[in-house]
Amino acid sequence: MSKTTEKRPLLEVKDLKQHFPIESGFIMKRQIGAVRAVDGISFTVNEGETLGIVGESGCGKSTTVRSIAQLYKPTSGSVIFDGIDLVNAPREQMLDARKNIQMIFQDPYASLDPRMTVRTIIAEPLEIYRTRGMLDASVTRDVIEKRVEELMERVGLNRAFKNRYPHEFSGGQRQRIGIARALALNPKIILADEPVSALDVSIQSQILNLLHDLQKELGLTYVFIAHDLAVIEYISTRVAVMYLGKIMELSRSSDLYKNPLHPYTKALLSAAPIPDPVIERKRQRIILTGDVPSPNKERFGCYFYDRCPYKMEKCKTNIPPMKRMDEHHEVACWLYE
Amino acid sequence: MTNATSPDTYKRLLEVKGLQTYFKTDAGIVKAVDGISFTLNKGETLGIVGESGSGKSVTNLSIMRLIPSPPGKIVGGEVLFEGKDILKLSEGELRHLRGNDISMIFQDPMTSLNPFLRISTQMIETIRLHQSMSRREALAKSIEMLKLVGIPAAEERIHSYPHQFSGGMRQRVMIGMALSCEAKILIADEPTTALDVTIQAQILELIQELSKKLDTAVILITHDLGVVAGMCDTVCVMYAGKIVEKAKTDDLYANPSHPYTYGLIQSVPRLDKAHDGKLFSIEGQPPNVIDLPPCCPFHPRCHKAMDICRTQYPPTKDLGNGHEVSCWLFIDEKEHSHE
Repeated sequence: MSKTTEKRPLLEVKDLKQHFPIESGFIMKRQIGAVRAVDGISFTVNEGETLGIVGESGCGKSTTVRSIAQLYKPTSGSVIFDGIDLVNAPREQMLDARKNIQMIFQDPYASLDPRMTVRTIIAEPLEIYRTRGMLDASVTRDVIEKRVEELMERVGLNRAFKNRYPHEFSGGQRQRIGIARALALNPKIILADEPVSALDVSIQSQILNLLHDLQKELGLTYVFIAHDLAVIEYISTRVAVMYLGKIMELSRSSDLYKNPLHPYTKALLSAAPIPDPVIERKRQRIILTGDVPSPNKERFGCYFYDRCPYKMEKCKTNIPPMKRMDEHHEVACWLYE
Repeated sequence: MTNATSPDTYKRLLEVKGLQTYFKTDAGIVKAVDGISFTLNKGETLGIVGESGSGKSVTNLSIMRLIPSPPGKIVGGEVLFEGKDILKLSEGELRHLRGNDISMIFQDPMTSLNPFLRISTQMIETIRLHQSMSRREALAKSIEMLKLVGIPAAEERIHSYPHQFSGGMRQRVMIGMALSCEAKILIADEPTTALDVTIQAQILELIQELSKKLDTAVILITHDLGVVAGMCDTVCVMYAGKIVEKAKTDDLYANPSHPYTYGLIQSVPRLDKAHDGKLFSIEGQPPNVIDLPPCCPFHPRCHKAMDICRTQYPPTKDLGNGHEVSCWLFIDEKEHSHE
């Protein structure tokens, strides 16, 4: 999608871990374990590209983007955005950098406050940063008002609707409101957490096209989460496949689909239905047995060991490192050692 | 998957004729299902595709007579199960029919099991309601069903509570329960929507395998065109309470005739195809089904809309080989003046 020649990493995630404590006891709380939602992942996102993150529920995709946005305080690791380490930066500096990181959420029903009008929703990021005194002095009420109207038009909403409430809109229109809100501060990067999975097929393609257009026009960078592989393939430049809080494979999206290396990626691809009965009938499915195991325990072997059809003795006790297969293709699997 | 049986063994199990289900609301009458007809043959898998609000679920709730009334009401049509009209049965006869002859799997495996009762209690209750069996026999039967749907250590797991199972496992339990009375028709209402792709593949495989083994006909409701392509023999596409196109699966994908079907198939990004630029997209929103004027409900979003589409609902045209479409594009002048 991005054919820019310069490739400057805009976001760098290094060995990010996000553990959530499991506590026991009533008054004397003590930690008895941790949910290892994200367990040491590293990747970079270049300017103007889309990094897709794909994986099953509970694999830590959402936690990853939330940690990047500093909605959680990461357990360890660093998130470097535009040269600033968000995890360790002083609050002022972090907030200033975060102006450039915005999110779009999955559920267009839950992510908009039902008691706010569309105008207030879209203007809220601007208002917040204005009260913090982190916007130009030239940004007045009128400027914000104009910006809201401009944003509404941009995402395909009639500006006459700005005094309406979210319940008056359909799911697709609500998602447009969410996108307008994310664009309000002119961010550099947008973290989109399953932005189309709650939408109907015909609406889904409208939103995907909108995101595609916005990226081209505004030079945005996306981190795009989805569980639908076809959607990820369509929108992404590069794709990271996650499983149990680890990245299993990272590659350019075209390569990943043509030449998946990790057994998990292969299984995922073969499980994704293709809307063509002739192809569907001929396809050989790799059906994984069992469910995703619990992320609560510490693992010393490959995270995919329990469900892997090619598991070896070595996989049980050694965590495979990310191995670079070619310039754009990395995989964490002992099969490629 | 394709049942290559001769026409005489192909028995009509379920016939829906002109079914209409309306809901009365303050804003007006919602014609959730408005005159749909289809047949389901023995051992066949029928897909019903459509977006939210198109009436797919209401269709199936109507077949089971599970429409909450008021506000809902089945105002017209017939649902013939082996020749008997389900809509005319008494409550008692219905109870016998549900579960025994037609059973259902719901979308959300988290909410369709009772969290307070053990799986064994729930399964035994279901079985004993429909078949004369002792508790012990019913328990044995339940364990056998759980084994059939692939639950490991079924003898022990049957005494667990629903929260002790994962989503995929719960959906397996639901399928086991639905099939425990050897129903002739299994209605699966978005059975895999709440599940992950790898688990979805497992569940679909299971439904397919069991329906073949037990010779159960399946009605599969879904919004996922990929799922339909892999599972179904015949597909009905619904839009705003009406079936706009009905065809054999291969026909439908090879030759989608209604502009809506065409748009749906085109607007899904595909893994196996190279892509550049934009996705095809159907502009606009699905219509509100309250007080729809007597026009084609798709005309505001249709890229091929003509004048007549705005004033009259198109009749259904048979394109041959069971491929039926409701669109003015396929009606020529002569036929129209006949109507």
